[in-house]
Amino acid sequence: MRFSKKIFYVLLFFILSVFSFQACNNQQERLFASNDMPDSISYNFDIRPILSDKCFSCHGPDINKRKANLRLDQSESAYESLKEHPMAHALVPGNPDLSEVFIRVSSNDTSLVMPPNNSNLKLSKYEIALIEKWIKQGAKYEKHWAFVSPVKRPLPKIENKNWPKNEIDYFILANQEKQGIQPNEEADQERLLKRLSIDLTGLPPSLSLMNSFLLDKSAASYENLVDQLLQKRAYGEKMSLLWLDLARYADSHGYQDDGYRTQWPWRDWVIHAFNKNISYKDFVTWQLAGDLLPNFTKEQLLATGFNRNHKITEEGGVIPEEYRLMYVTDRTDLIGKGILSVTLECAHCHDHKYDPFSQKEYYQFFAFFNNVKEKGMESVIGGPETYAKQPLMEVTNDDIKKLLSFINKQDTNKLIVSVMGDEDTVRKTHILIRGQYDVQGDEVMPGTPSAILPFDAKYPKNRLGLANWLFDQNNPLTARVFVNLLWQEFFGRGIVKTSGDFGMQGEIPTNPELLDWLAVDFMQHNWNIKRLVKQFVMSATYKQSAEVSKEKLALDPENILLARGPRYRIAAELIRDIVLSSSGLLNDVIGGPSVKPYQPAGLWEGATSGRGLLSVYKQDHGKDLYRRGMYTLVKRTVPPASMSIFDASNRDICEVKRQRTNTPLQALVMMNDPTVLEASRVLAAKLFQENKDINFAITKAFRLIVCRKPKEKELAILMDYYTQQQNAIKIVSAQKLLSIGEYPLLENIDKKKLAALMRVIATIYNLEETITKT
Amino acid sequence: MDKEFIEHGFSLNRRRFLSSMGVGIGSVALGSLLMPDLFGLGADKNGLPPGIPHFAPKAKRVIYLFQNGAPSQQELFDYKPMLREMHGKEMPASVRGTQRLTGMSAFQDAYPLAGSFVDFKQYGQSRAWISDLLPYTAKIADELCIIRSMHTEAINHDPALTFLQTGAQQGNRPSMGSWLSYGLGSENKNLPSFTVLLSRGIGNGQGVYSRLWSSGFLDSVHQGVQFSKGEDPVLYLKDNEGTSRQERRQMLDKLSELNDLSYQQFGDPEITTRIKQYEMAYRMQTAVPDVMDLSKEPDSIVNMYGPDCLVPGTFAANCLLARKLSEKGVRFVQLYHQGWDQHGDLPFEIASQAKDVDQASAALVMDLKQRGLLDETLVIWGGEFGRTSYTQGKLTKDNYGRDHHPRCFTVWMAGGGIKPGMVYGETDDFGYNIIKDPVHVHDFQATVLNQLGLDHEKLIFKHLGRRYRLTDVSGKVIRDIIS
Repeated sequence: MRFSKKIFYVLLFFILSVFSFQACNNQQERLFASNDMPDSISYNFDIRPILSDKCFSCHGPDINKRKANLRLDQSESAYESLKEHPMAHALVPGNPDLSEVFIRVSSNDTSLVMPPNNSNLKLSKYEIALIEKWIKQGAKYEKHWAFVSPVKRPLPKIENKNWPKNEIDYFILANQEKQGIQPNEEADQERLLKRLSIDLTGLPPSLSLMNSFLLDKSAASYENLVDQLLQKRAYGEKMSLLWLDLARYADSHGYQDDGYRTQWPWRDWVIHAFNKNISYKDFVTWQLAGDLLPNFTKEQLLATGFNRNHKITEEGGVIPEEYRLMYVTDRTDLIGKGILSVTLECAHCHDHKYDPFSQKEYYQFFAFFNNVKEKGMESVIGGPETYAKQPLMEVTNDDIKKLLSFINKQDTNKLIVSVMGDEDTVRKTHILIRGQYDVQGDEVMPGTPSAILPFDAKYPKNRLGLANWLFDQNNPLTARVFVNLLWQEFFGRGIVKTSGDFGMQGEIPTNPELLDWLAVDFMQHNWNIKRLVKQFVMSATYKQSAEVSKEKLALDPENILLARGPRYRIAAELIRDIVLSSSGLLNDVIGGPSVKPYQPAGLWEGATSGRGLLSVYKQDHGKDLYRRGMYTLVKRTVPPASMSIFDASNRDICEVKRQRTNTPLQALVMMNDPTVLEASRVLAAKLFQENKDINFAITKAFRLIVCRKPKEKELAILMDYYTQQQNAIKIVSAQKLLSIGEYPLLENIDKKKLAALMRVIATIYNLEETITKT
Repeated sequence: MDKEFIEHGFSLNRRRFLSSMGVGIGSVALGSLLMPDLFGLGADKNGLPPGIPHFAPKAKRVIYLFQNGAPSQQELFDYKPMLREMHGKEMPASVRGTQRLTGMSAFQDAYPLAGSFVDFKQYGQSRAWISDLLPYTAKIADELCIIRSMHTEAINHDPALTFLQTGAQQGNRPSMGSWLSYGLGSENKNLPSFTVLLSRGIGNGQGVYSRLWSSGFLDSVHQGVQFSKGEDPVLYLKDNEGTSRQERRQMLDKLSELNDLSYQQFGDPEITTRIKQYEMAYRMQTAVPDVMDLSKEPDSIVNMYGPDCLVPGTFAANCLLARKLSEKGVRFVQLYHQGWDQHGDLPFEIASQAKDVDQASAALVMDLKQRGLLDETLVIWGGEFGRTSYTQGKLTKDNYGRDHHPRCFTVWMAGGGIKPGMVYGETDDFGYNIIKDPVHVHDFQATVLNQLGLDHEKLIFKHLGRRYRLTDVSGKVIRDIIS
């Protein structure tokens, strides 16, 4: 069959438009698919992303893989005459035709072209043109943006001076005005309240809060609300979620046998720390080096559990030293990814291929964590259970009465937690050749990658010194990384999209001035987390409606410019929280040992060696069935199914960004998870007890769950559904439906009506908007 | 246009492209998603974007019969008469070399060799030695390519399993099935493209864990979906007994009406995706139980797989199920049979394990063959490493154990363009070191991808600045075993 002409053009357009995605390298360029070359080419924003991605793996920092002895990530070596052809130069500033880089990337000769054909890499015409222009303009190198300390620049100039509510908005609006688009209107009160409540507490607003906020017309009503929510204990729980992923917290030891551990008192501390609003500096310092602080308290020691959350093997027959080194590696990589947002782990086996970190520097960093009084293998599964591994601390009942009152210890049994503690003498650290545990290279001393910030001699060469270094005012990363992580939490996408990689291969910030302003401001205000959160939610940027026009969607599908409010499916744990909270089932007790709510039968049993406390799933009952999602026991090898399906972390390693998928398995969870169905039943029964008409009951259920009043049409659809179900349902079916869940069933309600309302409510739970921050 | 181009197109709006289950970058053309009518005109009858698959595939699907715990090659496929002759004698230090040992046997005073308690015979045109423990497998020797020279880098179960399945010992990389799903998608819009089935024998077991079928950094639509025995084969699939199909339909109709109202207001494409996913879930509710229902299989089939195949959750039942899933287009069916970790009591335990799997494994191959599907289905059988030729623990005349051994082990493959009736690779007389044609785990993985039409060096995914592939940084296709 032949193409018509019209179809041919459509196809051509399609192909060209896809090509232009490839052609454009940085965010702005990709966004606006413009082939207009910038007037002034920036190494950091235009050139380095190309060189890093396409050239550095052979002409970059890794000395062992370097080809032709040519290094392109530094100006000195790139300007020198070529080692193998002394007459030629890789880069001749001002003259592309004499620059071997340009000659080779633009060559049509397959034996000359770079990158070589067998690399499966290719430069687009646009990228080649950028390089040509950059060389013409002098081929100037710049230090990688993330390794230069942030500076607070003056607020940008904007046209619409009425819009900004705080400094954030100046930076956001300036970008929008450059692209000629306008911010959205403010979101309606109900949706704004839900967004705020979910973001600050992880829970939907109560009915009374909805009513009072809708009635409060005072100018300060929103700010009062923010302050009120920031004071709730649930704030600490919500903030902890991202930290538990980052710190790979779990209730089992991991690896295949995966026995039980009691690390939860550390989790209780994290909640407490966020609620007390401990500065980020102390928060991290205690976790890294609480045991090294002068006259440290038991609370500070408990905080160091952070570095013991990693997996610990209980598999018989392992070589202990191999595993001990894995634990040290895990800690090293955690600080790299979670606190510094660099892929330090790439230098575990060889020099980093893109970023200026040598393998030696990796092991210098590693040395900070290599002195722990720990064993690679303390006990085998099935032997005596070790709920914590050496070094550990005991939490006594006396502690609970005094300093550690935030720990929700529910019995008088012995309670132990794995924490940090160093050997009395320093264990030597060697470079491990190719990362192999038993092939040692040169000995190294503790140190930090000099490209980030050299380690100041005034700091002690231990974890406390490392913490000092992280919070040195010249450290270019720590503040930016945390600000970005929180930004991602509230706005759905980091200012640096790759929140785990600020290195050469990471994306460049979409609004670098804003990121730097926030980072410096954060440091200037003593790393005050609540203050930062309040800045975010008080901004006009945050308060915008999430509606998106076709034009805006086409122009900015990823909402980089933030010309609309954030609209995202909420985290797995919070879906459970919405269901339990809106139905009144939620047991809002804070902390304590993790619980085991309903779970499909056989999951643990089908995947176990049969050894250890967690080989059989013994479901809890009563109030423990209704705890918040964050308290569901995480067994690493079989993480809670209903939450994994919604992209919860399995907590194997540090994770700073969850996927946000949208799958049929999620639909099945919402349709059939007993938690959702039980909540529907319990809420339906409660509403019947109020003895109001069905219209009222459905409206109220809708408000509790979706956090707004239903529109007329929505109510009509649900009313119609209720009538249809009530008429058709058979009593046997109704009984079966009503038997779901352990919560007692009230006997005095008409079963058919109850089942029909239960179905209506289950449908409301299944609405896309219910599990979405709107 | 190469792979990079496809990646870019996808990353721009990956959420929307990949949001429905089973859409791989290869099986559904980028263009056909955007403009189905246009491509429906026959622009490209395979609907494939250029470059994927990288070349004409021999196989379309994989069934991997993973023998979890590491079966002993000395008792199954690697015949070593010398071990019998030297039974009880010390293993020569020169053979052991500098091989690191696990903590379970590293501190033994002696390393006495253990001859196999079971006899071997030669079968088929390749005259392959196969043990008496595997009479059914022996009968299909002419269909098998037996690789006796597999070797790995890990000596403990967790890292070795993870290495075989994901190409790296430490977790959080995509599993082989996820890579194939990512590369090729599903052929069936009602079933996931990567499914997992578990079973267990009575031998010493090692756990399995969902990390083994994780999609790692790939989109979680490529994650393995575990199908389990019992009433709810896929988690949360089954509606409450009080809910009929018609009532579920009524609910979904109202739901999509309401969700659509929301879309009218917000214009967020995630909402339409959500509506579609509910419809897919609804279709799965029928399609999955349908494929899981083994009651309609004729007696001839039941006889082939053996009576266990009607007992849900057994290896035999899972083999039959694997055939049905594969037949319906599921790209990768992963079975795990636990219980192969014979540190002690080996003769007793291994006989029982072999009995669990022998008949059904052979039946699966022959069943695929009689349906004309063996050519396009690659069947793989094997564990995560081998076992030592010396005994672990006490050696008696008729009882012994074997420790973990990474330097050599046996797997077999059948179908999918692999040469049938072939033995590849060779170990020394002690069955301890490879002396001919070694096959590293990455070579094995490269070969599997190759049979599916994928170049292991080109099937890449960029994550946190690094381009990842199943074979990490090594691996070569074993051309000698490809027909």
